[in-house]
Amino acid sequence: MTAFEINNVNLFYSDFQALHDVNLKVNKHEITAFIGPSGCGKSTLLRALNRMNDLIDGCRVEGEVLLNGVDIYKEMDVNVLRKRVGMVFQKPNPFPMSVYDNIAYGPRVHGIKSKPQLNEIVERCLRDAAIWDEVKDRLKKSALSLSGGQQQRLCIARSLAVQPDVLLMDEPTSALDPISTAKIEELVIQLKKQYTVVIVTHNMQQATRISDNTGFFLMGEMIEYGKTSDIFSVPSDKRTEDYITGRFG
Amino acid sequence: MRGRFDKQLEQLNDMLLDMGAHIEKAIAMAKQALLERDIELAKKVSKLEDDIDQKEKDIEGLCMKLLLQQQPVARDLRLISAALKMLTDMERIGDQASDIAEIVAESTPVLTQPQFAEMADAVIKMVMQSVEAFVKKDLQMAKDVIKYDDVVDGLFESVKVELIELIRADATSGEQALDLLMVAKYFERIGDHAVNIAKWARYSIAGRKKSEPKNSAG
Repeated sequence: MTAFEINNVNLFYSDFQALHDVNLKVNKHEITAFIGPSGCGKSTLLRALNRMNDLIDGCRVEGEVLLNGVDIYKEMDVNVLRKRVGMVFQKPNPFPMSVYDNIAYGPRVHGIKSKPQLNEIVERCLRDAAIWDEVKDRLKKSALSLSGGQQQRLCIARSLAVQPDVLLMDEPTSALDPISTAKIEELVIQLKKQYTVVIVTHNMQQATRISDNTGFFLMGEMIEYGKTSDIFSVPSDKRTEDYITGRFG
Repeated sequence: MRGRFDKQLEQLNDMLLDMGAHIEKAIAMAKQALLERDIELAKKVSKLEDDIDQKEKDIEGLCMKLLLQQQPVARDLRLISAALKMLTDMERIGDQASDIAEIVAESTPVLTQPQFAEMADAVIKMVMQSVEAFVKKDLQMAKDVIKYDDVVDGLFESVKVELIELIRADATSGEQALDLLMVAKYFERIGDHAVNIAKWARYSIAGRKKSEPKNSAG
């Protein structure tokens, strides 16, 4: 089953072409990793999946990005898209409000006012993000008082609160220590039972540990896309091999 | 960018070649002891086997260090994992050369088999080329080793047939015949281990393990 189908996508920032004819399918309930050197277009593609690039002046997308068969650029309201496709960033960005309100924010915006229902959502999301036990006694405390790793899991919980289909993660552990990183990785593996995950990472070992499929990008092109176990043991393109073995990049 | 890692991989190759040279020497000494009934030389093979065991530990240590420090992927991962697997076969070859020498040292020297010189030369060639194929990344050489095992298997069969005949003709030579069969079997197993090494070389180079008729040493 395919979540995203990306067909012949070219993406331009004004005159600069950041993506060249990208084609790939993101499978449901799998973790797909995008790897490649800085500036290769992997984060651009990730952001194209929930139209984050719309905010950038001069950004233009050609081709089609289908989410469950629906073109997200032509046939879907951007607010609906963002509800179905959540995003977690490199640096944890909790809202400057309580732990509880961080999670309840999205559901409230989408019209849920009932306190018991919000309580249920907050607990479920915090449990799903494997942070409930650590914060259940300080739900009213500021989210900014949490550690970096806790803040990142809170942000994941927040993105789960609107029950998305897909979670996009842009280097979600690059600012975290190894323990927090391990917790997030465990969490991501758990999350794929319910969600589809697309992750951009600079950490090769992370890609091998958690992802099912990996796409390697170079200068805006997708060079190779396949099973992670194949990409990291027997890559078929020499440029993939050279990059992952540290011969350039 | 990865100069140090490349140097460590070169070191790994050098160590494998060195261990390969030692096991070739062990087989050659066992062969000479066998053909010339040289018990003193046979005893030296056991000492050489200790050196081989030590080399196995050293290479294993380097591989573990590289796995830990470099977290290799792709061809690096294949190379190091193949080296680790090859090591076991190389060490077993040392054991079997030593086993042949032990039979020479302990059995009463009456009989021999004319095929032994040829078997020993054939397996020495296979061992040498299998390790070389790995180090030089020579896929054709690895394939040649795998194919050449048929020669050794053929020699083993002919020894077996002759020994059956020998026992049939003279039942009192049974014990001696069993020793000789053991020697032939050890040579044949060395050939199988060389095939395993060649298969790991092929995996390291080409990345795919081909399923072939089972011919692996255990």
